[in-house]
Amino acid sequence: MTLLKLLEENNMSNIILETKNINKYFYDPVKFKVLSDINMSINEGEFVSIVGKSGCGKSTLLYILSTMDTDYEGELTINGVSLTSKTDKDLAVVRNERIGFVFQFHYLLPEYNVLKNVMLPGIKLAKHSIQEIEHKAMEQLRKLDMVDQALKSPNQLSGGQKQRVAIARALINDPLIIMGDEPTGNLDKKNSDMVFDIFNTLVKERNQALLIVTHDPDFAERTHRTIEMADGRIIS
Amino acid sequence: MNAKLIIDIAINLIRARLKQSIIAAVGVTFGIAMFVTLLGFMNGLNNLLDGLMLNRTPHVRLYNEVKPSTDQPVLISKEYKNNTNFIQSIKPKDRGREIYNSKAIINILKQDKRVIDVAPKVTAPVFFNTGSIEITGVVNGIDVPAEEHLFKVSDYIIEGNVFDLNNESNTIIIGKGLAEQMLVKVGDVVKITTIKGGLVSLKIVGIIQIGIAEIDNTMSYTSLRTAQMILGESASYITDIQVKLTDVMMSPETAKEYRAKFGIDAIDAQTANSQFETGSNVRSIISYAVGITLLIVAGFGIYNILNMMIYEKMDSIAILKATGFSGNDVKWIFISLSLIIGIVGGLFGLLFGFGLSSIIDNIPFETSSLPTIKTYPIDYKYTYYVIGFTFAVCTTTIAGLFPALKASKIDPVEIIRGK
Repeated sequence: MTLLKLLEENNMSNIILETKNINKYFYDPVKFKVLSDINMSINEGEFVSIVGKSGCGKSTLLYILSTMDTDYEGELTINGVSLTSKTDKDLAVVRNERIGFVFQFHYLLPEYNVLKNVMLPGIKLAKHSIQEIEHKAMEQLRKLDMVDQALKSPNQLSGGQKQRVAIARALINDPLIIMGDEPTGNLDKKNSDMVFDIFNTLVKERNQALLIVTHDPDFAERTHRTIEMADGRIIS
Repeated sequence: MNAKLIIDIAINLIRARLKQSIIAAVGVTFGIAMFVTLLGFMNGLNNLLDGLMLNRTPHVRLYNEVKPSTDQPVLISKEYKNNTNFIQSIKPKDRGREIYNSKAIINILKQDKRVIDVAPKVTAPVFFNTGSIEITGVVNGIDVPAEEHLFKVSDYIIEGNVFDLNNESNTIIIGKGLAEQMLVKVGDVVKITTIKGGLVSLKIVGIIQIGIAEIDNTMSYTSLRTAQMILGESASYITDIQVKLTDVMMSPETAKEYRAKFGIDAIDAQTANSQFETGSNVRSIISYAVGITLLIVAGFGIYNILNMMIYEKMDSIAILKATGFSGNDVKWIFISLSLIIGIVGGLFGLLFGFGLSSIIDNIPFETSSLPTIKTYPIDYKYTYYVIGFTFAVCTTTIAGLFPALKASKIDPVEIIRGK
């Protein structure tokens, strides 16, 4: 495992996310090993992309790292705490507080306006008052140049705008790490550049860790580190 | 904070699917409204029918029953003390029908806190003479103010005034059937023969109709004094003491107590009218069954709509889970959603049920046999409203529980990846 050594050498700052020998199987229709011996770690302020061909297991890996998929072997540690075999409730708290998500398809709640969508994880965390959360949400929207749209319904926004709202929502609880599953996959070049710039600013200004699954080589090239996967293994 | 957020999300889900939610709530509303109306109507009728009998029946009646003596001579004999004795052809003992020491008993009863009032009565079987025909009947000599207080006799008087019995001596109020048979009206004089052969003439001052033909064909009322006079008895002659209690449910125990205390027979209203009780119970059971069926059907409606809503809202559920809502939170969102539908639907149901009851209460219902009833009877007892509402909330919670559990088990990964 030369990669692990390489990672350890580079490990100058705090490790935020770490995996040890993660294996995963799909059982339907036949038993099939999707991930084998995944060992990786992400540091504070690191912008990491995962690339690989369709079906190589990169999304599957991301969902394990996101704590939403708990059906795996091996160990997952976020911020020094092992999350393997924690309860659904505990994992929900971790997702709420420590992880921000941006998906390929916006996934905003159509029942709420933009502002409320951004505020929702904050209200759920309930660490601050509603006023503070609202203030913070407006702050995030302002940074992303979305403040004018705050009271609109998500259906009234364009794809790029929706993705910016999703990023604002991911940031509302100051997570340790932001994960993205092809967040630019559904966007044109201009919007995709904009999303990249937003991510880059986050890394620079907030020392935010980012883990983005993408199949856009341009996007991957510009990140600090690219993890390439094939057939359920990390190859570089 | 968390509960508030969960309810807020539930309300927003309802708003997003307002039409379906309203339909679900209307199901509950309909169920509750029918439940409350049905029970109110059914029990109104029950009370009316029971009232026909029970309001005219004292809660406890003290009297002398015709029965054999419990102490037979052979039991006193020392010689046959240890034997099993068979006595044949026993005849009831003639103790007379008079209650001895009735004044003292009435005074004691009047001081009893459980007793509303006491009405003494003299009943005597008589023959009404019309031409050469004799019609068998009963004369009830009543203490008019007490009888009116306990049994509202005046409600059943269709002609004349019950207090005229006291104002004029030798007066009588006769049943409607009896009046029709004898072709007499108020102001006429009827001749009465007692079973001992005495003959008296009484002036009719009123016609009474209870609504039960058998009684209306035989019954008549006079004042106590007149009845005693017909029978040739003294002013202390009383055959029945009628007692009304504050709580009718207490009558069996009270009757038992009086039986022991005064050494005379006592019968309670429940025993005297057991067949009415049975009828009422069966009618109540039927109306509860129909009402509960309606609510269960409404519950299935809610179940269906919530299930559909969950399929439509898969994406929202997935995103809620991804952003930190646990399965438990999602479950509670859907349970509160169905509870909101249940509570809102239920409250409207109570309101509509009350309205519907009021409408029925105002529909004219006039029947010659029930002179006091002008509209359909409705019982507005609050317990029906409490039961209806509680049951609505329970059904909707159970109906919401299964879809909610399903929602809580949704795997967000599958939905997010499935796009």
